[in-house]
Amino acid sequence: MLRLLLRRAAHGILIVWLVATATFFLLHLAPGDPIAASLDSPLTPPAVRAHYRHVYGLDQPLSVQYGRWLAMMTHGDFGFSFPHRRPVSAVIASALPNTLLLMGVALVLAFAAGIALGLIQARHRGRPLDWSLALGSLFFYSMPDFWLALMLLFLFAFVWRLFPVTGMFDPVMYPYYGFWQRIGDRLWHLVLPACTLALLSAAAIARFQRAALLDVSGEDFVLTARAKGVSERRVLTHHILRNALLPVITLFGLALPVLLGGSVFVEKVFSWPGMGLLTVEAIGTRDYPLLTAAVVIASVLVIAGSFIADALYAVVDPRVRLE
Amino acid sequence: MHPLVWVAAAVLTTLVCGAVARAGDADSGSPWRIAVTRLRDNHAAFLALCVIVALLVVAALAPWLAPYSPIAQPDIVRLKNLPPSLAHPFGTDFASRDVFSRALYGARVSLSVALLAIVVSASVGTAYGAIAGYVGGRVDTIMMRLIDAALSVPRILLLIAVLALWAPVPLPVLILLLGLTGWFGVSRVVRAQVLSLRDRDMVVAARALGASDRQILWRHILPNVLSPVIVSITLGIANVLIVEAGLSYLGVGVRPPAASWGNMILDGADAIASLWWISTFPGLAIVVTVMAFNLLGDGLRDALDPRQVDG
Amino acid sequence: MTSPASAPLLTVRDLSTWFHAGRSVARAVDGVSFDVMPHETVGLVGESGCGKSVTSLSILRLIERPGRIEPGSRIEFEGRDLLSLDDRAIRAIRGNRISMIFQEPMTSLNPVFTVGDQVAEVARVHGTDSRREAWDRAVEMLQQVGVPAPAERAREYPHQLSGGLRQRAMIAMALMMHPALLIADEPTTALDVTIQAQILELLAELQERVGMSILLITHDLGVIAESASRVLVMYAGQIVEEAPVRTLFAAAHHPYTEGLLNAMPRMGDRRERLTVIPGTVPSPTEWPAGCRFHDRCAYAWDRCRAEAPPLYQIGTGHVSRCHLAAEPARRRSPHGALAGGAATSS
Repeated sequence: MLRLLLRRAAHGILIVWLVATATFFLLHLAPGDPIAASLDSPLTPPAVRAHYRHVYGLDQPLSVQYGRWLAMMTHGDFGFSFPHRRPVSAVIASALPNTLLLMGVALVLAFAAGIALGLIQARHRGRPLDWSLALGSLFFYSMPDFWLALMLLFLFAFVWRLFPVTGMFDPVMYPYYGFWQRIGDRLWHLVLPACTLALLSAAAIARFQRAALLDVSGEDFVLTARAKGVSERRVLTHHILRNALLPVITLFGLALPVLLGGSVFVEKVFSWPGMGLLTVEAIGTRDYPLLTAAVVIASVLVIAGSFIADALYAVVDPRVRLE
Repeated sequence: MHPLVWVAAAVLTTLVCGAVARAGDADSGSPWRIAVTRLRDNHAAFLALCVIVALLVVAALAPWLAPYSPIAQPDIVRLKNLPPSLAHPFGTDFASRDVFSRALYGARVSLSVALLAIVVSASVGTAYGAIAGYVGGRVDTIMMRLIDAALSVPRILLLIAVLALWAPVPLPVLILLLGLTGWFGVSRVVRAQVLSLRDRDMVVAARALGASDRQILWRHILPNVLSPVIVSITLGIANVLIVEAGLSYLGVGVRPPAASWGNMILDGADAIASLWWISTFPGLAIVVTVMAFNLLGDGLRDALDPRQVDG
Repeated sequence: MTSPASAPLLTVRDLSTWFHAGRSVARAVDGVSFDVMPHETVGLVGESGCGKSVTSLSILRLIERPGRIEPGSRIEFEGRDLLSLDDRAIRAIRGNRISMIFQEPMTSLNPVFTVGDQVAEVARVHGTDSRREAWDRAVEMLQQVGVPAPAERAREYPHQLSGGLRQRAMIAMALMMHPALLIADEPTTALDVTIQAQILELLAELQERVGMSILLITHDLGVIAESASRVLVMYAGQIVEEAPVRTLFAAAHHPYTEGLLNAMPRMGDRRERLTVIPGTVPSPTEWPAGCRFHDRCAYAWDRCRAEAPPLYQIGTGHVSRCHLAAEPARRRSPHGALAGGAATSS
């Protein structure tokens, strides 16, 4: 199993390198350069422009720039963000934890809800409850993330006033809160964005979980369990679910890119100060280094996620674990 | 209207006519006939197909159906931000434009962008997957590693980054970008299918009879790859619709004043608290459309699955 | 049918299990009746698709939608009507009074639980054993069915065991509660010849020790010859012949049974050459009119196409669903392609 994981890790590093390289060249083929966007004023003297181009190595051949950039990246240095007037790594360091918190909570909610829904549907297969839940899942599955966010914001924050509108905490009262109040306030602000993200993935997970459960329920060992006198409930939650959870683990790896993409919109709608919001803001400021870093970091997260999924799979499935 | 809309319409008509003709020609036992029968028996998928046809008709007839111009701003003082009424069923936006008319025209833009993008994706994906699966060996391994890498980048982030730096891009370039970032899944499906077909008896026999690689690919393999590709295309359209809407919502997709469902939602996003109708109706249009394509895709998957036996 | 010296353990009467799909109905099992006596081994033979597995699953009511046991069917076991029991009561019988083992020991065990867990689960479900007691009994049971080093094997997963050991584990699971009836559905088909013999021997030995009845389902008459005392031959959802095992091998009456006997593989030959009978089993959605075997039968005449044969009494405990019983002279004038082959054994 260890060898399997080592091979997967090497594979993952190779993919990160491929993505980083592709991103670098793709973005450097774009018209203009990082300086142009920040020093775009016609008042900027050419000498200043040339100075900065030299300082940031933009006058070097592309291959040299690439080599330097790659070397920097391996040290966690993504360059300097002009609009933020800080190193990209510092900008990201303050935003990434917020995104990870949002995604982590959403991931847990999504899998809990998705697996539960899938179980209910499989148990009531072919009956009205099954297809109405299937239709409900499809409804959410077919929704653009930002629109769902807007609708939830409109209904829960404006019409019913159940949850705060935006941000991570109350901008006025937060400093005066005690410890527990602060935690509560933060959770309060987390509900809507996390639920938006979770709803979208939960729908997909439920569809997948239902299919996996029905797939497994046709296996011979399920018949064996029934013939042993095991109750239908236990057959489903014990014999079938344990096997049907295995493919859902791989979904964990697949859900990450979807969640990362979704977090861009959810963070924008709810003004959640994370990576997604940074990326959206970087559109307007044409912040090259930040955009590059965002793409690379996102793919690192995705690859790490699928690696964790593989490892988890290996731990749960004795056929892989004991190889 | 953009000439690309007519190209999209032509492509779609050809596809539909081709499928219907094949189904009509075929005798009752053929896989195509069975698929058509199954699809007709699947009420949800059939309803979805009807919805899609209706949407395409609406999109095509938008100039005749829309009560107002989509871009005219008749009176930006007195007619702006009107809630839904008989005169304006979906209300009006901040520039006094009729949201209903814009939604009809938006259907044109959103659907044709999605259809054309998927044509690009399907062609590139099929070619790539067919080559990887047919050649096999090390070439296949390398080609699939590249796909792994491509799939590990969230599509929307890559598009945002590229569009932000290249902006503003004209519509054909947007379509091309959407198409070129959406074929990885298709290529995997095609490769798997080609790989399983490559060593089947009929292909081995054809090779023994001296058929060239190109003949085998065209005559024996691609026709069999069609079914999974059709399913991928249908589900892919649903996906592209959402991605395009997202990009337009961020202001890097379809640019105003042209109406796409995504940028219409952007128009109402900041005022969602008071002017809910501006964002709500185009969003509902997206949900209905995407749901229809997803349902049809699921139905097609079941209908085209030759392993499934009719009960 | 059998001499009523003692009361039968299992009585199946007019069992019909149909699968409903839209307007079409697949009559997989269509009016099957038989008895199983205490301590007896009954063989049920037939080609795949004849309904023998559906029959066995019907006894434990393991038929799932769209399948249905039709009204009018009757299954009595130890004097209780199994078809009228509620879910809880039938569950209390499954794996407890009636056990089953299946063809594929590879796929019949759950890959994510240890062998010991799966054997012990039977005791946990039916008994009041604690986890510990159930485990100890499982290990003991594994030992009884000849699993070497049972304590270690119990902690292993199915994929770590050989096919023969897996089937032994299945048997251990089935015998955990000392059932009165064991239904063995093709228990040796997936195994090597040498292992096959070992498993059959084990079953016979355990039957002796536990004193249970066995309903042995197989397509292999060789297995029947080794183990069963009475044979039921099934074709197209019906029982076409029933006889004591010696009678069947010496003087089979039904042309289908004749065909099976002629197609029987020799010792050590595992090929399935049952296709010597021309044609294939018809589809359960449209059984042929008249005798369901007529279009594959070398003797068939007009009557066979028009009139469905009843079960004719041939001898003691020997019945056959063939019009030849009424018109024996016809047996001497077979026609059709298979004439030589099928006629010789009568």
